[in-house]
Amino acid sequence: MFAAFDNFPALLIWLPLIGGLVSFMIRDEQKVKYWALNFSLLTLVLMCASLLYTDPRHYALNSVSYIWLPEIGSSFSLMLDGMSRLLCLLTALAFPLIFASTYRTSYGNANQFYGLMLLTQCGLMGVFMAVDALVFYFFWELALIPAYFLASKWGGEKRIQAAFKFFIYTFAGSLFLLIGIIYVYLKTPDQSFSIVSFYNVALTAKEQSWLFWAFFIAFAIKMPIFPFHTWQPDVYEQSATPVTMMLSGVMVKMGLFAALRWLTPVFPDILKDMDNIVIGLAIVGMLYASCIAMVQDDIKRLVAYSSIAHIGLMAAAIFSANGLAVQGTLLQMFNHGINIIGLWIVVHLIEQQTGVRKISQLGGLAQKAPALAILLVVIALANIALPLTNAFVGEFMMFAGLYKFNPWYAAAAGLSIILAAVYMLNMIRNVFYGDLNTVTASFRDVMPRERVALVLIVLFVFAIGVYPEPMFDMIRQASDVWLSRFNK
Amino acid sequence: MTKLTYLIPLFPLIGFLVTGLGRRSLSKAAVGIIACGSVLASFILSVLLFLVVKTPGFNPTQVKYFDFIHTAGIDIPFAFQVDQLSSLFLLVITGVGFLIHLYSTAYMHEEEGPHYARYFAYLNLFVFSMLLLVLGSNYVIMFIGWEGVGLCSYLLIGYWFRNGDYNQAAKKAFVMNRIGDLGFLLAIFWMLGQFGSVTFTEVFPKAMNTAPTVLTGITLLLFIGATGKSAQIPLFTWLPDAMAGPTPVSALIHAATMVTAGIYMIARSNILYTLAPVTPTVVAVTGLATALLAASIALRQNDIKKVLAYSTVSQLGLMFLGLGVGAYTGAVFHVMTHAFFKALLFLGAGSVIHAMHHEQDIRNMGGLKKHLPVTHITFLVGCIAIAGIPPFSGFFSKDEILMGAFAQSPVLYVIGAFSALLTAFYMFRLYALTFLGTFRGSQEQAHHLHESPSAMTIPLVVLAILAAVAGFLGIPEVFAKDAHWLQQFLSPIFSESAARLPVHGISHSTEYALMGGTLVAILAIVWLAVRNFSRNTPQPATGLSRVLENKWYVDELYEAVISRPLKGLSRFFNNVVERLVIDGLVNGVGRLVQYGGRQMRWLQSGQVGSYILIMVVATVVFFIIQLFGR
Repeated sequence: MFAAFDNFPALLIWLPLIGGLVSFMIRDEQKVKYWALNFSLLTLVLMCASLLYTDPRHYALNSVSYIWLPEIGSSFSLMLDGMSRLLCLLTALAFPLIFASTYRTSYGNANQFYGLMLLTQCGLMGVFMAVDALVFYFFWELALIPAYFLASKWGGEKRIQAAFKFFIYTFAGSLFLLIGIIYVYLKTPDQSFSIVSFYNVALTAKEQSWLFWAFFIAFAIKMPIFPFHTWQPDVYEQSATPVTMMLSGVMVKMGLFAALRWLTPVFPDILKDMDNIVIGLAIVGMLYASCIAMVQDDIKRLVAYSSIAHIGLMAAAIFSANGLAVQGTLLQMFNHGINIIGLWIVVHLIEQQTGVRKISQLGGLAQKAPALAILLVVIALANIALPLTNAFVGEFMMFAGLYKFNPWYAAAAGLSIILAAVYMLNMIRNVFYGDLNTVTASFRDVMPRERVALVLIVLFVFAIGVYPEPMFDMIRQASDVWLSRFNK
Repeated sequence: MTKLTYLIPLFPLIGFLVTGLGRRSLSKAAVGIIACGSVLASFILSVLLFLVVKTPGFNPTQVKYFDFIHTAGIDIPFAFQVDQLSSLFLLVITGVGFLIHLYSTAYMHEEEGPHYARYFAYLNLFVFSMLLLVLGSNYVIMFIGWEGVGLCSYLLIGYWFRNGDYNQAAKKAFVMNRIGDLGFLLAIFWMLGQFGSVTFTEVFPKAMNTAPTVLTGITLLLFIGATGKSAQIPLFTWLPDAMAGPTPVSALIHAATMVTAGIYMIARSNILYTLAPVTPTVVAVTGLATALLAASIALRQNDIKKVLAYSTVSQLGLMFLGLGVGAYTGAVFHVMTHAFFKALLFLGAGSVIHAMHHEQDIRNMGGLKKHLPVTHITFLVGCIAIAGIPPFSGFFSKDEILMGAFAQSPVLYVIGAFSALLTAFYMFRLYALTFLGTFRGSQEQAHHLHESPSAMTIPLVVLAILAAVAGFLGIPEVFAKDAHWLQQFLSPIFSESAARLPVHGISHSTEYALMGGTLVAILAIVWLAVRNFSRNTPQPATGLSRVLENKWYVDELYEAVISRPLKGLSRFFNNVVERLVIDGLVNGVGRLVQYGGRQMRWLQSGQVGSYILIMVVATVVFFIIQLFGR
């Protein structure tokens, strides 16, 4: 039975799972917090070790496969290629950041809260590593169900409503996904759920086209892409901050990643018929969400709509299916995850201290909290992809890839970089600049633990922004393999 | 030496980090020394580099440091371009930049320690960004500096962040720049697709075998970028508002950095512009229109900094005219002389504002001549230089651009010369209202009038000398053969273009006539302005002058045509489309499901704890059975 522990992919599943299950049993709030934080750090250490000791170019060494349900042709197969590596790193990094930056806040039934969080982490890791469609679906649900409970049990007054909307959306998405997976499975030559069989499946153009949409809707809801996005601002607004961070930082990448691994390469022939519709939708969504972000008064909703706009660009880039775009997207998934957690930390600190999220009611925080102001400005600038920040590299490549696909799309999508400057700078102006008022008069600057988290994020912002090569080194091979699906 | 080029931007970057991170612990004196010292070090290195570049037989070199983005078929190195053009800009940026830093130590002395340090950190970052822009050996590195200066101008314009209007001005500057930046970005993508590279040394040779329409597209997009950064129609309205920042910042933005970026970029890409059939005309016409529009607005402004700001916009227009007509050397020459006299004028204005206790309205000034002798003399030098009166520097550089325009079309010349006349008028109106006549301010202000400390007057004197003599770097051929040093120095940069541009010989007699005619007109205008405004204050505006005073209502136009409709549309999206249409649909579906199945209601209102338990147990059982049960 210890066979499972001798390799990284399996360990990355087991650790959060064990951590989560143990968390349920720790009744004391302080202890469970301490446990969850340290356990997530352990996972991070393990992840870093896997980066150091394995080479993404050797696929065989990074894969594991166990007998699972041989009767129906499914095996418990995981693989850490470059793509999964990057997203697993994000997952491993995100949770300690989330736990550390919200350490001061207490959540009722802490054992369940942290237990569910870690179970979600297990599910996310599984989604990113699965190379068997059934295993993928299993982890997809394993990630979503705890997330649903987290969203419905902790958070603001309207959380039940928001979580219910979230549930309806995701439930519908999962249904489409399951039907699609089963259909493809039945058509595989060897009756298998393995990704190789999925890639070799022979389908008629008609089948491909409706299957494409079945998969697409499931993933589009998760990303989310316009018009499947309305669950997101509500859930982000109503959920407890750690949940919001986890959803926006990591979970939305599930949809993007799934599109990269389970949608575009499975139906490569139909892509050229669908790409214009999908990219068009993504770009409309980008501009639409950017416009809405400009008129939001609630910081959480502003960040939520800004995130929808950014995700839209990533989706558009994926479906333009070229090397530049896909490497840019992969890099940007990581960047976006890190940066948005940074934004949420700042929002959390503001809300904790003032009890206010309305931009119009805040003001002058830079006078009281200069350090927080600087950290926020850096992260906000990364959010609008200023050069030498991590997001510039990612967005530059995505836009360049989109331009390669169709220059006019790049030009239209490019308008969002102007709108992003408008809403981010507006937010900074109204929250941090200007004069103090009664709400903000007694604001205190950022405390050590949050400061460490934010400084760490800022270091990532600049390190990747100045020298992104190590990241490319990780994903280059996987992106080439992915591309080869379209250049047959 | 060229290998060490990286030190030039590195020093201000270190200065930025040290003063920024140490803003609470460092004393003001230490901050001043570090900030000024880092730029001075860059200046000294720039001089050394210049000496290397100046040696005969020097070949332009690219110094590569590391791969910035080298993947997926694109190769963008982090590399610097060391040649005559970048070397010249380095001198101006670090030289004038240093003087502005020095001046700032005295001008900003009232600021509290941490804010003082913040100010200098931004200033250093500004210089760093500009150096990166000028040194980059490809368009992406240039773009890094390009957006960097946009950021720094945002930070410095909004330096006094408690003031809402200033923040608004800062945001406006950033957003307007961003509009231009999108054009620049699209040009970069186009070049990547067309040439497979954005490195100058690869793009330029390939451009010679490229379809002219493609080049027109690329150059027009680049030009959109330039209109944002260099404040040309239609993206010029941010620059006059940018004077919300401290006055030395205006000097930095208007003279040494930022606005010259657009000129630099086009001068750098000169071969693309020369080969593109339509773009030069667009550039020339836009420049000329901007020159005229801004000069007309400056006629009726009463804020000392606003007059100077519009004069910058107008002078930049003139430079674009030069670029458009192929007078590349003339445009770069004017960048240089303009850097000297505009920095001088802004710093002089700062000295006046300092003496007047933050008064900026020239209607409340007058007669400052005897109270501020150094400021007065140096300011006068600046006015003479910008008005284009020989032998001061503005005459030579302006003359070169206007002659280039004449060679293309006399119409361009006449309009250009007319804007030069307007310049002479509003500058001497400004001079006379500020320094001549009698003092019109309050008793208290009169009591406190004083000359500025030497940290402020020394930069003024240095800049005044430069503004006076810099013109001799480019003596036109009509005066002396082969005396145009700048042309010879820059010839390797522009030689490819020069070979392709038609040669229009203007006879010496025509040139003398044009020069003489313009000069007489300018002197007449100056006399008129001084005579009128040393005695009278401006009358309340009526008719056309009212339109001028309100800047042709361009801001209001943009507000009505772009800002307000966009906001309305956004509100419509938020309140109607999002809430009613999309959410309505989703909720409808949700309700249907809710009524349809009991299961759903059971899930929504059930005991969450028990489901967690069921789920967890099921998961674990699943795992165990499947993995170990075999």
